[in-house]
Amino acid sequence: MSSLIQSQLRLTLAVIGGTGLILGSIPLLFWLAPATRTFAIFGLPLPWIILGIVVYPVVYVAARIYVRKAERIETEFTEFVGRQ
Amino acid sequence: MSSAMSLTGIGLVIVATIGIGLFGLRISRTTSDFYVASRAITPRWNASAISGEYLSAASFLGVAGLVLVNGADMLWFSVGYTVGYLMLLVLVAAPLRRSGAYTLPDFAETRFESAIVRRICSGLVVGIGTLYLLPQLRGAGLTVQTVTGAPPDVGAAVVAIIVVINVAAGGMRSITFVQAFQYWLKLTALATPIFIILIAWRSGDHPVGVLQSLHGAAAEWAEPLSTAGGRDHPLYATYSLLLALCFGTMGLPHVLVRFYTNPDGRAARRTTVVVLALLSLFYLFPPVYAILGRSFAPDLVAGAADTVVLELPSRIFPGTAGDLLGALVAAGAFAAFLSTSSGLTVAIAGVIDQDLLRTRLTRLTGGDYLAVNSFRIAALLAMSVPYVAFRVTGALSLADTVGLAFAVAASTFCPMLVLGIWWRRMSTTGAAAGLIVGGVAASAAALVNVFGAPADGWARALVVQPAAWTMPLAFITVIVVSKLTPNTIPAGTARSMVRLHTPEAVDVDRG
Repeated sequence: MSSLIQSQLRLTLAVIGGTGLILGSIPLLFWLAPATRTFAIFGLPLPWIILGIVVYPVVYVAARIYVRKAERIETEFTEFVGRQ
Repeated sequence: MSSAMSLTGIGLVIVATIGIGLFGLRISRTTSDFYVASRAITPRWNASAISGEYLSAASFLGVAGLVLVNGADMLWFSVGYTVGYLMLLVLVAAPLRRSGAYTLPDFAETRFESAIVRRICSGLVVGIGTLYLLPQLRGAGLTVQTVTGAPPDVGAAVVAIIVVINVAAGGMRSITFVQAFQYWLKLTALATPIFIILIAWRSGDHPVGVLQSLHGAAAEWAEPLSTAGGRDHPLYATYSLLLALCFGTMGLPHVLVRFYTNPDGRAARRTTVVVLALLSLFYLFPPVYAILGRSFAPDLVAGAADTVVLELPSRIFPGTAGDLLGALVAAGAFAAFLSTSSGLTVAIAGVIDQDLLRTRLTRLTGGDYLAVNSFRIAALLAMSVPYVAFRVTGALSLADTVGLAFAVAASTFCPMLVLGIWWRRMSTTGAAAGLIVGGVAASAAALVNVFGAPADGWARALVVQPAAWTMPLAFITVIVVSKLTPNTIPAGTARSMVRLHTPEAVDVDRG
């Protein structure tokens, strides 16, 4: 039982850590490298591309990965309990 | 903009809302149907309903307004509103569903075995709900004012009355259908004008052209961390806002109620993933309104910025086309106020009904009343408080007020849920202390904001975006007090943990 909770918690913390690192470094990047605040790709400034568009697919993919792994942990647990 | 056409649009939304509500009423017969729609709702319906309920006045009007005034930093609002569901997914979605709790006070009572913790939670649900309903009413007032010139009280009163009638008449089942319908209405209303503008674009008018044409002081607007619009300490403000939005979502009273309609923990997770996709789609559009607003409605920057979404279509297309699009957007805005207000009212009324009203009514009438009537009275009470608050408080931007509700939720329910689900040594005293310390600190900041914040400097930054200090404060309080009072660790903690984390497929004693 506690191993189930522990592996779920490890997964949760990994997702939070990963997203936190990615999202948290964005303001820091703008802060430390002012050139990135105005840098433009195809006429669109980088901050608007990142915050307006790119973050969403990243968050969605993180959610999909999390659900797949969380379900796998639960399936293994269910099979393990069933064998006993 | 043509008021006749916009009023027709708003009227259609109201009729449709009440119509679907009545349809739902015919289906919901027993009390259990009435409350939770018998859990017979599929993840896709449920995800549309969650998104429909979640996308409030702050998302539909407020985000575009804030970006229009303050620039790129405000894009974090829509990012945070979305990432909040990722945090909800990984931290609480499945365990919360498995707890079987219908409201946050329910969860608190079963996990901490304490009526006191339950009562603190009930108070917080009413407080956060009120803080969240306030901007919905203000948004409704603003929309009716923009469309007809009528004073803001009119629109607020219309929304308040319709929501109370609908919630009291239909309960959850009808609300689920209404909310799902309203997500798609809101997305259509927000996206259609943008697509038509892009199709009809002339050189320099399209969003990229507008961004490129900004020079000098205006160029600063397009940069992050710019302090445009007079926001001090932008780096602190950005992080604090992000914390509040990411960790506040799970503590919003109307969000948890929705998760109960999932059949099991797995469905709760899958529903959340669909919600993330639906929200991401929606939030692509508000920034485009803000960018176009810089070029077509610059007068709104110093004025009624929250109306930019409503004003833009008729500014770009004078004549019938603009009027039609304006009517569509006004209708979508009304859908936003109605859906969020309904969800919040259901959640607050549920708490008032269970924790305040029912026992008293039983005593008063000697048990001679129907449970459903108590819920109806509670629905009326739930809307009365924010309506009075709306009449007495000053103007504060829509998205900022909602941001404060998130900050209070992140400083109270977030620590209670996260530690309650994952930490078996959390004590009942620790839970109560965390709720009180986080609640008092964040609510104090919120009240100072609603009634007039300090003019500038760190004092202002800390009060406008309190989450960065109130949320850690609440977490530390729970942990320290729990360590000091190990004798009040709930006796049933081990069994609670089994119930929260075991997949439904495994046959265990769930208490």
